[in-house]
Amino acid sequence: MSVASDSWDWLTDSANWSGDAGIPHRTLEHLQYTGLTIAIAAVIAIPLGLYIGHTGRFRGLAVASTGALRALPTLGVLTLVSLNTGINLTATLVALVLLAIPPLLAGAYAGLESVDPATVDAARAVGMTHWQVLWRVEVPLAFPLLVGGFRSATLQVIATATIAPQVPGPGGLGVYLLGGLAVGDYPRVVGGAVIVIVLALVVDLLFAVVQRLTTRRRVSTPDRV
Amino acid sequence: MIEYRSVGKTFSGGNAAVADFDLVIPSHTTTVFVGSSGCGKTTLLRMVNRMVEPTSGQVLIDDVDVASRNPVELRRSIGYVMQASGLLPHRSVLDNVGTVLRLQGVSRAETRRRSLELMETVGLDTALADRYPHQLSGGQQQRVGVARALVTDPNILLMDEPFGAVDPIVRDELQAELLRLQRELGKTIVFVTHDIDEAFLLGDQVVILAKGGQRAQVGTPADILAAPANDFVRSFVGLDKGGRELHVEERDGVQVVVDAQGRATGVLKG
Repeated sequence: MSVASDSWDWLTDSANWSGDAGIPHRTLEHLQYTGLTIAIAAVIAIPLGLYIGHTGRFRGLAVASTGALRALPTLGVLTLVSLNTGINLTATLVALVLLAIPPLLAGAYAGLESVDPATVDAARAVGMTHWQVLWRVEVPLAFPLLVGGFRSATLQVIATATIAPQVPGPGGLGVYLLGGLAVGDYPRVVGGAVIVIVLALVVDLLFAVVQRLTTRRRVSTPDRV
Repeated sequence: MIEYRSVGKTFSGGNAAVADFDLVIPSHTTTVFVGSSGCGKTTLLRMVNRMVEPTSGQVLIDDVDVASRNPVELRRSIGYVMQASGLLPHRSVLDNVGTVLRLQGVSRAETRRRSLELMETVGLDTALADRYPHQLSGGQQQRVGVARALVTDPNILLMDEPFGAVDPIVRDELQAELLRLQRELGKTIVFVTHDIDEAFLLGDQVVILAKGGQRAQVGTPADILAAPANDFVRSFVGLDKGGRELHVEERDGVQVVVDAQGRATGVLKG
């Protein structure tokens, strides 16, 4: 039997779809790691990105450091952090958060930079405070790019969260990949990979819909002449 | 009354946009700053609502130095109309007009009522209220900009080349509309343009600026045409090439006014 048909059998085996080691539970775990990672990364990156975009300060630094962060090998970071924190979920989260920060940061400051300076100037000139300019003008207009940052960060984390079981304890869909590789069970590896891909595509589609909805409100509204 | 007292502005980098500028702008009249690009006219305008801070001297509104006022409150108390309207692209026409009222905490219902009223005042069909700025023509966008500036009934209206980006026919319409509004409302208008004809049409007081914010001449359009202060002014207003010289020819007992090219432009009465 080929790996492809064996993988299909693995994916359709009802035994793999129930219990704590089943696909639904592992998918849920995977999404939890992803959600937690994005939340932590957003708390760090979004305020920073908005500050940089609004004031124009530290832009060069942001570009350079996001470039450097992107170059970090996540697996290396995971190993390095585990040496300090011990082998646990914290190490995984730190590695994933570092991965998620650059796209979120770039989405935030590039989003604000994309807003027409004349619009911002006009908002100030009619008497908006800095906060009002930020929340009522810059963020709404930057929203599609902000969502774009979340989109690319989330996809990267979904794909990379498969390294979570590299350290003992965490689960997620990586269990199938790493566990399967360890014992040479390739149908399990392929099946796990397929699920990660499907999950990534579904989440990407959801983001695409959100981006589209938030963009459409300004770009085309029904014409009633 | 707006007063400039030896105002100077040197931007970082060292070039002086304005130096030692004095001017009094009487209330309920229109003063037009006119000059070529780089003469500091927009800089001077933006000093009134503290969008630009002078590096020396003072700008006073009714004898109060604007530097002593909170910039946000100051700006909300002054209408501001800019080139290409500066509307918020993600807000409807009605929301754009009501922006400052909402900032001041006026209720939604009251904001809506006053915004619709202002749309009518500036000659906008209220059916456009739910449209977005990009769905309007350039002329309509400028009217929205004027309505937004007037919605709080400010005493002062600052207009920075508001009609610079619309086609000549629409510009004529908007200029006529502004003259009508000003007859009704009697605001203190400070208007910036590079178009001398627009300056003469709208201005009670016209301030011709040379490079570096120097006052080349200040006066009514008639004063300036009758006695241009120097060659710069003569050339700027178009007196040097005979462009503004009219003479009278008599035809069948009627005195016909003819321009320098010999084209009849009207008849002389009285």
